[in-house]
Amino acid sequence: MEKNDRIALFQQWFSDAIPHNKALGLKVIGVRQGFASMELSWREELVGNPETGVLAGGPLTAMLDGCCGMAVATMLKKPEPFATLDLRIDYVRPAEPGKPVIAEAECYRITRSVAFTRAVAHHGDAKDPIAAAAGTFMLGTKGKATRPAMAGKK
Amino acid sequence: MSSLLERLAEARKAGDVSRLAEAIPYARWMRIAPENGTGELLTRMRFHDELIGNTFLPAIHGGTLGAMLEMAAIFHLLWETETETVPKIVNITVDYLRSARPVDVIACAKVTKQGRRMVNVFAEAWQDDRSKPVATANAHFLVKSDADAPPSL
Repeated sequence: MEKNDRIALFQQWFSDAIPHNKALGLKVIGVRQGFASMELSWREELVGNPETGVLAGGPLTAMLDGCCGMAVATMLKKPEPFATLDLRIDYVRPAEPGKPVIAEAECYRITRSVAFTRAVAHHGDAKDPIAAAAGTFMLGTKGKATRPAMAGKK
Repeated sequence: MSSLLERLAEARKAGDVSRLAEAIPYARWMRIAPENGTGELLTRMRFHDELIGNTFLPAIHGGTLGAMLEMAAIFHLLWETETETVPKIVNITVDYLRSARPVDVIACAKVTKQGRRMVNVFAEAWQDDRSKPVATANAHFLVKSDADAPPSL
């Protein structure tokens, strides 16, 4: 599948079809096996401190959760439902007002029951992060697998 | 930052904690607000369709549960402790215990350890049955002025 088709497909699955991701306006900007990237535009509604214009922690939490989940989906051998087990976020420095935030997530290990991910949020330079995250996901939870299997078909 | 502390002073005078949420755009957008009608400080996230993360179950997005647990911890620190600055979150770990159904989510928070600069807070969220939490969180906050601190608020 061509890169842009893949991005369009994951945009549909991981943003347009997930009401909260859609409400945040998450944009899928990169996807390949074991890797997912999303962008969140700054807007007033997402601000935690109106005097500085700095984003609240919440939008970053939701974005990093979604991005880690998308990285898991790229590693599934067969489509199956999964759910976040835990998510840790280190807020390393404040997001700069007005600037879009980019999240990059990696699923670095997947077993029959659990997938392990890590992610960073930044303003364009992953070496200068705003936040760092580690998330684990439980595989084969109840529900319907609406997520694609991607492993093996790059 | 000071507007939130001013709002805190007003809310204390009126005995109505819900005013705190009005000063935070993200809290308004998410419909997250503290309440103390029962005498206990709780934080409620009112259900609306934009909270959904899984349309099939359906279930509330895990990220929004993390967000509301963080807000619950902040409201608790503002209201229940004598903080002079708006607490700055350093990190948070969220454990997801059950899928959250499409109804309101309620959370409470408590301070596990109060240090001079750092506070460790535990928060717990549930829906209809308080004995069946949907998510819990532990978070660290800096509570003393520090120019280098990551101000989430």
